[in-house]
Amino acid sequence: MSAEAVIFYVFAAITVLSGAVVVLARSLIYSAFALLFTFFGVAGLYVLLGADFLAATQLLIYVGGILVLLLFGVMLTHKLYDLDLRSEVTQFLPGLIVAAGLFAILTATVVRTHWAGGAGRPPAATTAEIGRLFMSQYLLPFEAASILLLVALMGAAMIVRRKKEA
Amino acid sequence: MIALQHYLVVSAALFSLGMLGILTRRNAVNVLMGVELVLNSANLNLVAFSRFGPGNLQGQLFAVFVIVIAAAEVAVALAIVLTLYRLRRTPNLDDADILRG
Repeated sequence: MSAEAVIFYVFAAITVLSGAVVVLARSLIYSAFALLFTFFGVAGLYVLLGADFLAATQLLIYVGGILVLLLFGVMLTHKLYDLDLRSEVTQFLPGLIVAAGLFAILTATVVRTHWAGGAGRPPAATTAEIGRLFMSQYLLPFEAASILLLVALMGAAMIVRRKKEA
Repeated sequence: MIALQHYLVVSAALFSLGMLGILTRRNAVNVLMGVELVLNSANLNLVAFSRFGPGNLQGQLFAVFVIVIAAAEVAVALAIVLTLYRLRRTPNLDDADILRG
């Protein structure tokens, strides 16, 4: 087994196992911390795929931003003295059947399909090229995304703001 | 040799796990974690196709946009969850039935 295969299987195992913990853990806090390892595993797979900029972005935004936001959400929606941050599960068996069936169908499709192999992209630094593409060919979606972020954050602040009693 | 299919199977597993979380959890924050898993699996697909496909960076650019959308989605969704908690004192989605006739 080559070194690439070993690294791939390690990161894939980290990703999938901690993803399973996210879904199956009884405590919300366990779920949140397992999500941290899932994001790390996906970032490792990005590095293996030659996407260095995306791996750094994944760590910065998902681990540094979204996960902290989710932890705030956990803390703010429970009473502070309530140490039992348990998350109930409902209709587990139908959900499990749907998810397992979905996985079986997707895997069968992936294995049976004959993927047209392209030239492929040899691992090389991507940051400069991504920046150039954002500023030239993908300028409009880039600006639209920035406006979307602004609107979403202002909307979020507006929604949670406590209204003054009239 | 690790090929495209390996990454696609990992991504399919991540997607199915996220779907399981969305379907079976009652806590709204936990459902959001499932959504994050699904978005990550989509990103993994995009980057894998970018690596093994025609050899350009478009897949990675799309993955950056997906990350932006995920950040906006989490911010707005948590605002809604907090407002629901303030209104009903519960983070459970089953109790969000105020609009029922």
